[in-house]
Amino acid sequence: MTAGFEQLRQAAEEQWDLLTASDTPVITVGTATCGRSAGALDTLDVLRGELAGRDVECRFVEVGCLGPCYAEPLVTVSLPGVATVCFASVDIKGARKIAAYVAGGELPEELAFATTGSETIPGIPDLMDAPMMKGQVRRVLRNCGIIDPGDIRHSIARGAYSGLQRAMELDRDARIGELDRSGLRGRGGAGFPVARKWKFCIDAPGDTRYVICNADEGDPGAFMNRSLLEGDPHAVLEGMIIAGLTIGAAEGFIYCRAEYPLALERLAVAIEQAEQAGFLGADALGPGRPFRIKVKEGAGAFVCGEETALIASLEGRRGMPRPRPPFPAVSGLWGCPTVINNVETLASVALIFQHGADWYAEYGTEKSKGTKTFALVGNVQRPGLVEVPLGTTLREMIFDIGGGIASGHRFKAVQTGGPSGGCLPEEKLDIPVDYESLQEAGTIMGSGGIVVMDERTCMVDFARYFLDFAADESCGECGPCRLGTRQLLRILEDITQGKGTASDIELLEGLSHNVIRGSLCGLGQTAPNPVLTTLRYFRDEYVAHVEGRTCPALACRDFIAFEIDEEMCTGCTACAVLCPVDGIAGARDALHAINAAVCIKCGVCSDTCAFGAVETVQATP
Amino acid sequence: MATTNLGPVLSAFERRPESLISLLQAVQEQLGYLPPEALGTVARHARVPRSRVYGVASFYSQFRFNPVGRQRVAVCRGTACHVGGARFILEQLERTLGIPEGQTTEDMEYSLETVACIGCCGLAPCLTVNDEVSAKLTPKKVRKQFKKARK
Repeated sequence: MTAGFEQLRQAAEEQWDLLTASDTPVITVGTATCGRSAGALDTLDVLRGELAGRDVECRFVEVGCLGPCYAEPLVTVSLPGVATVCFASVDIKGARKIAAYVAGGELPEELAFATTGSETIPGIPDLMDAPMMKGQVRRVLRNCGIIDPGDIRHSIARGAYSGLQRAMELDRDARIGELDRSGLRGRGGAGFPVARKWKFCIDAPGDTRYVICNADEGDPGAFMNRSLLEGDPHAVLEGMIIAGLTIGAAEGFIYCRAEYPLALERLAVAIEQAEQAGFLGADALGPGRPFRIKVKEGAGAFVCGEETALIASLEGRRGMPRPRPPFPAVSGLWGCPTVINNVETLASVALIFQHGADWYAEYGTEKSKGTKTFALVGNVQRPGLVEVPLGTTLREMIFDIGGGIASGHRFKAVQTGGPSGGCLPEEKLDIPVDYESLQEAGTIMGSGGIVVMDERTCMVDFARYFLDFAADESCGECGPCRLGTRQLLRILEDITQGKGTASDIELLEGLSHNVIRGSLCGLGQTAPNPVLTTLRYFRDEYVAHVEGRTCPALACRDFIAFEIDEEMCTGCTACAVLCPVDGIAGARDALHAINAAVCIKCGVCSDTCAFGAVETVQATP
Repeated sequence: MATTNLGPVLSAFERRPESLISLLQAVQEQLGYLPPEALGTVARHARVPRSRVYGVASFYSQFRFNPVGRQRVAVCRGTACHVGGARFILEQLERTLGIPEGQTTEDMEYSLETVACIGCCGLAPCLTVNDEVSAKLTPKKVRKQFKKARK
């Protein structure tokens, strides 16, 4: 370890101690995108205002996302000599209560989510025993929601760049060996062993090499990479620098979605600070060995998550994939050998060099080592971002960590792997989440999106949703994907609109296999997966649509009607006033009735009725 | 159209074909959309044919060829939002703002669009107004939020 780094680290630790063992109160507020959308910036404003008004001196720190999105905004208060408490769902009223607590008042126990330090308070769980946190192993996410992502010293105090120092002491073979022993596989979805990818790149002929970080998290329903970039950007930078050092690159690119403005902002700050500290720049990899990182903003194309399309986009072209081989490791950016890894993969690389391969591999299964982050969303009690050892079952994730299904409803299906993945039913919930087991069940790990559905979701409509997405995002280069996804979509639209026939099901199956076989890149090769898995596990729903002329989930509009329950209707006129087509008759205090002839089935009446008087019923298209 | 003022915006980028996407992003940031004259200016700066500029600009969903409203309302159509009823949110907005998806109100105040996923899935369904996120929406909340704004 160089003396320079040691000095930096000591200074960083002093800074970190100011936060963790401060004489003045320290208040942290999670202001990542999810926190902000729950109102965290208003919460922060109120806290600042209230405490300034009371003349209480305290430090405010904006941190990233801790994970339990359902409990945002999250505020952590550390008072000298008192256990540090994390508060959940802190709205403006809650912020006032917390300000009073900081000023010496009572602890608002009803808002307390967990204690986060070594000191505890009876009746309040420790952070890792709190709802949604229990059962997780936080390694990649260990700093998210804890440190100020805008202060490199926090990251360094928590271990950042010590992995790079260690990597510099090893020779190239030892670095590859370390990665190989860790068993790390690509976290972007395909699960290719990282050590092998890097070795291919090293062995490829060429003088110039590049490192690319794929931060084009395009899967709808997934935000693991966004959270990591917003909460701990240095973890990703460190992984990229280690990659550059190992393969012999002087330049790296981060290709990040334009839809993540805050992540882009935090990356820019992190890169500037890493340059000032000397981790990036002219002598980053040793005297006279430069390494620089540039951020390129994506422009809204899902296919750019595919590595050859991403490279085309970086080169300023239409983001269209090309046949492989040659793989980017041999011929990538501008034809040069290029290592391209996902955000989480690179953050894991940094961890492996900080703690060693054996430490990393102590979790996971035989073939899938380590931990993995997942975005657990949909009809689950506690949606948010979680990290668990690979091999954890879907049931543990959904029911133990996610708290199960929202009250009054029951589990129906879980979808993994985004538009390239598939839907699994209840009987598959006990399979371990690893690359092979999911594939065997017909879906994929993907980048980590897990969408939970209850009985209100129609599986045919859900497959239609993904094909709509795939058809829209197909780049148009190859026929099987361009035309095939569109045709699959048309058939699914027919079925969900009551125009399907029994032969459509067979047609869907046959066409799906042809699209998989004939498509050029991963987008087309996996786009039919949502269709095939729903056909495999929920075939009866397809049959119900085409033969029984019903939508069992009461979701497809052409199969339903709205009716008013005589017993429940109070005649309040709320629905009649809001009906966009004036389709509800009934004076005040008189029973209302829906005119089926004009009803557009927008659902406004059902959404509006405070008495649950509007029922959804089966109707024949 | 003030395309003559694009000089300072363009000069921040290298005059090479690989700057194309960044150039288009910067121009759109400045003008709100990509008028035809601007495509020509970008082509000259990046030293590529106009056809290539149009090819790239029309490929990516971020780029627009028509002016947009001062308030750009984008409804998330991500998976979690879909499961949470995003289409009802979109339909409610179409009714409240009086425009279909992809259009702008006559007074140029509101544009209504959809976005693939804004990564706020834990608080679905959601939308953004000029990058500001509103979450955990219902048609009722949306109606309230925008009714007020329309007055």
